[in-house]
Amino acid sequence: MSKVSLIIQREYLVRVKKKSFLIMSLVGPILIAALMIVPAWLATREEDSQKVEVIDESGLFINKLKNTENIDFEHTFRSLTEAHEDLNNNGDYTAVLHIPKVIVTLPETAQLFYKDKPKGSSIRYMEGQIAKTIENKKLEDLYSLSLDQISGLRPRVKIVSNKLNDSGESEESADELATGVGLVLAMFIYFFIFLFGVQVMRGVIEEKTNRIVEVIISSVKPFQLMMGKIIGIALVALTQVALWIGLSSAIVGITKTVFSEKFDKVQTEQVQQLEEFNPALKENQQKQNSNPMDEVMFQLSLINFPVVIGCFVFFFIGGYLLYGSLFAAIGSAVDNETDTQQFMMPVTIPLIIGIVIAQVAMENPDGSVAFWASIIPFTSPIVMMVRVPFGVAEWEIALSMVLLIATFIGSTMMAGKIYRTGILMYGKKINFKEIGKWLFFKG
Amino acid sequence: MESILVAENIVKQYASHRALDDVSVEVPKGSIFGLLGPNGAGKTSFIRIINQITGPDSGKIILDGEALAPKHVEMIGYLPEERGLYKKMEVGEQALYLAQLKGLSKSDAKAKLKVWFEKFEITPWWNKKVEELSKGMAQKVQFIVTVLHEPKLLILDEPFSGFDPINANLIQSEIMRLKEEGSTIILSTHNMGSVEEICEHIALINNAKKILSGPVKQIQQDFKEGIYEITFKGNMIGFTTALWTGCELISSSDVGEYKKATVKLLDNKSPNELLKAIISEVEVFGIQEVIPSMSDIFIKQVKANSKS
Repeated sequence: MSKVSLIIQREYLVRVKKKSFLIMSLVGPILIAALMIVPAWLATREEDSQKVEVIDESGLFINKLKNTENIDFEHTFRSLTEAHEDLNNNGDYTAVLHIPKVIVTLPETAQLFYKDKPKGSSIRYMEGQIAKTIENKKLEDLYSLSLDQISGLRPRVKIVSNKLNDSGESEESADELATGVGLVLAMFIYFFIFLFGVQVMRGVIEEKTNRIVEVIISSVKPFQLMMGKIIGIALVALTQVALWIGLSSAIVGITKTVFSEKFDKVQTEQVQQLEEFNPALKENQQKQNSNPMDEVMFQLSLINFPVVIGCFVFFFIGGYLLYGSLFAAIGSAVDNETDTQQFMMPVTIPLIIGIVIAQVAMENPDGSVAFWASIIPFTSPIVMMVRVPFGVAEWEIALSMVLLIATFIGSTMMAGKIYRTGILMYGKKINFKEIGKWLFFKG
Repeated sequence: MESILVAENIVKQYASHRALDDVSVEVPKGSIFGLLGPNGAGKTSFIRIINQITGPDSGKIILDGEALAPKHVEMIGYLPEERGLYKKMEVGEQALYLAQLKGLSKSDAKAKLKVWFEKFEITPWWNKKVEELSKGMAQKVQFIVTVLHEPKLLILDEPFSGFDPINANLIQSEIMRLKEEGSTIILSTHNMGSVEEICEHIALINNAKKILSGPVKQIQQDFKEGIYEITFKGNMIGFTTALWTGCELISSSDVGEYKKATVKLLDNKSPNELLKAIISEVEVFGIQEVIPSMSDIFIKQVKANSKS
């Protein structure tokens, strides 16, 4: 077995066998799964059935308020005081909706009485129903329109975004979902570069403070040791990612089958609630297709997943290698972790700039800031990931990749020179000028 | 005599200081060679060049008849002065790893480690983490790892530091045994006692330059100053007056009923002449030539060299 692969093997096994790795591998997917399951689960728990007594003094709303699964409207003709008493004595109804005579001219005068507060969405649903009824009534009165005519009045607008590709053909592009996918992947790269870059640095410092480094570099070249460490830790990172993806989809999958009915119902409900907040969405959903999940699937189908996943793997590895070598150089230059601060700055700042620009790029993926940031290697792994799901010209991706490769080769060679001198340097206060000199020492 | 290592005119320059200035050293095969010098003289730089951790700016190294090349790392065992192990790793696993880095196969390394662990009575530590070991224990593991691949050339930098006298003896006898089996050992140390005891040749480096080299016995002969220690009974005043102008009394002391005096003979006078002069005054019980210790030679040479 070659020496580099021995080093890779050690770096990998030592970390994978650690308890903290096991914990991270289990806790990560649980957290991810929890993020997906818990809101759904909570929503099922908080199912809120309301039986609403409607006291309609205007007489306009009889049979106009539509019941839903959770809300039952029932018209009574009692007085408000009677209804209040009943509510107080825990009668048949969970709430009392009082609609005064003046509702048409003063739409803010409707009142809801309850003992346990209904969900906000239930209240907004009632508001929506009342508003719609009043609107219909007005249209009917003023223009003598029939209900059919009225529903025909409501235009259902949807803008379909189309991106012209280089050959001038237009492709429908996925907008909302693309934003989400891109940002999540970019954040992922950002965190993993940080997390595992710092691990590289710690590993180097550990070898230096343990004083084992001189023993090892009498058997292998310092560059081999550095690369072995960087690659070994990269494999740890990939293992972690794979475990996270595998385990969290397993957890979500299992939960889904176990609570399958509830889950689906909740999902549709969530979409419904969303629609109530955003009428426009509802309209176009209704037009496009009845099932909101289909719309999500349709949007997903617009993202070019092979390209996105390919880019993710490439930029993940490329970005990690670029920063990993810099972190290794920092680790070699210092005696302990507290001394790393001043050297960390120039390495972390481009990363942070990257994540800031990623948010700009999310809004405007083809703007010049996003373009340049996704070409320049120090920010490209993060920013390009935001842009890729929207569809990016091939030459841009290719240019960005080539520059990234060239830069990490350069940075690795530079880091190798710093590393070579740094690991054998003890008890000396190091500054940037000193490190600059190391670049020119002969091997 | 055949040499295993020949270093010719080695120069190593760091940014502002010269670590090695035209140093040439020859290490005879099968010997124990002492590499001496004060702290910061350039010993470690020299050792690192032999280990190919750094390269010389100029000069050449010939190892076992060939120009030094990457493949030679497997011929060399190196115990650095600044040494340590991965604290969180298990002893056996770590020893296997380091042995494999030196080119041994896994099964080979395992078999050899077993023998050494038994010899050093540390087999029960195989599954312990290094952080659980005492410093001396860790040093033993380190020594084993250094010699496991049966290197032709063994470079030990302060091998005895961190050992109690019992274990230091154990290590010393292992070094002697390895020498008997044909290894060549370069010993870098400040412990002049062990240099006199086990080294056959030395090189003394000071301020990046080699200032002295050769067989230990030869050097000691070369540095003799014609000093004799005389044991006698009688009157000290009589003894002093008997000394003629050709000698110089350096020190004297009472040892029980005997008196001892060290005398330096000047102008190439012989000890017989000294005896003739004093024999009528005192009763002589013994006379012995004083051989300079390596420690004295070291201090004297370094001081003289630093002044000039």
